[in-house]
Amino acid sequence: MTPGVSPEAREWWEATRDCRLLVQSCRSCGHRQHYPRAICLRCEGVDLGWVEAAGGGTVYSFTHSHRSPDPAAFEPPYTIAIVTLDEGPRILTTVTGTGIRCDARVRLGWKPLADGRNLPVFETDPEEN
Amino acid sequence: MVGVGESDLGVTGLSIYQLQTQAARAALGEAGLGLSDVDGLATTGVERFSATAMAEYWGLQPAWVSSTMEGGSSFEFMVGAAVDAIRSRRCEVVLISYGSNQRSAASRRLGGVAEAHTPSTQYEAPYGVLSPLSLYAMAAQRHFHEYGTTGEQLAEIAVAAREWALLNPKAYCYGAGSLTADDVLASPMISTPLHRLDCCLVVDGGGAVVLTSLDRARDMPKPSVRVLGCGQSITHISMSQMPDLTRTGAVEAGARAFAEAGVGPDDVDVVELYDSFTITVLLTLEALGFCDRGEGGAFVADGRTRPGGTFPMNTNGGGLSYCHPGMYGVLLLVEAVRQLRGEAGDRQVPGAELALAHGTGGLLSTHGTVILGSDR
Repeated sequence: MTPGVSPEAREWWEATRDCRLLVQSCRSCGHRQHYPRAICLRCEGVDLGWVEAAGGGTVYSFTHSHRSPDPAAFEPPYTIAIVTLDEGPRILTTVTGTGIRCDARVRLGWKPLADGRNLPVFETDPEEN
Repeated sequence: MVGVGESDLGVTGLSIYQLQTQAARAALGEAGLGLSDVDGLATTGVERFSATAMAEYWGLQPAWVSSTMEGGSSFEFMVGAAVDAIRSRRCEVVLISYGSNQRSAASRRLGGVAEAHTPSTQYEAPYGVLSPLSLYAMAAQRHFHEYGTTGEQLAEIAVAAREWALLNPKAYCYGAGSLTADDVLASPMISTPLHRLDCCLVVDGGGAVVLTSLDRARDMPKPSVRVLGCGQSITHISMSQMPDLTRTGAVEAGARAFAEAGVGPDDVDVVELYDSFTITVLLTLEALGFCDRGEGGAFVADGRTRPGGTFPMNTNGGGLSYCHPGMYGVLLLVEAVRQLRGEAGDRQVPGAELALAHGTGGLLSTHGTVILGSDR
């Protein structure tokens, strides 16, 4: 499926065309948040910009899914995970590779979408586990 | 609460409206009332205008309505709102009702309900999530990681639910025989670490509850059951936004309800906890303070929640073995009231005077605690 693009996430999705993962950052207080919103969750400021994620993260939790909502698009088993980015916020994603466990270190990768955008996905990092 | 009732349960071939009508008639009948006595109506899951739609179907123009949609715990939220509405004299007789034909209509989808404009649809659905299942599975995985909880401990929750269902003729699994932890662990893996038998039933069903003022309740046929305390909490709806996978909003909901009722966990005689999945129950036991955080596995492992145990829980057989019609919370209230009236037959908890019902909706998102007491 091709996800929609909400107006507050236009830049976020555009950056994925260049395989850059943006994290929304408050220009008033520096708070970082995902997903992109119209307001800072810490200071309620509305002057919001972006920082580019360096690509490292940690698995908060995961599940190997043996069922699929759409087996043609997602062939089980595959691994759904919540990853805590090194920049702070958490993101729902998929993880591949060996040694998937809670607190495992992962690195950013990309999965192409039909319209040229990319989905941020992660792979376990053999150097850090 | 002066009347409770169920519709047909299981695989019914009936419409939502028929199931709601059965449940409403059963509950109103217990109170010696009819639909024309209802001046407050709360329901959800019918359509966008749920209460309005059911009111039209029944030919009612109520003075007060609620279609609050908080998933499976909506009905616990409605109890709080109904109590306020009755106390402030906005209405006198509130009917809370629900019906679902999800099994007969084959309307359930593994990916859940996608609304195009929501953050979940934009940022999470593209990964092939099972909604809500993936989130519950990740909560279980994290609990295993942090506290050493095991699949066998989770399985005990399903095993105990089945034992209770064997005592409830209305349970979908009545007559299905006992389960063992090995049966649960040998059932097909759905999403690690949750097996098929860690997941609730997907069946039709409905239920209804009637509330009125205490003065009026005492003139009604059945022993009335008092709403002693309500508490609510919501924490998130997207999977990535749950603040802590092993601590649910039941912490706040429970604390609010216990404070209002002026009682604590040790005072409760019987608990009805939402069991969409085994992990839901374990997290709720900890969050409500029945055991310490991280100790839910050890707490249930000794079989104390089974019939005859020291901690009677989910005495109708729960969503795991009795009925789970998509949103189960109304049936928690039905069972709690029956236990407090002493009407639960073979599964009656002797002398139950204080009951707690806790609904959990969405993706561990919404929490409603209701504490009920017999009016003796």
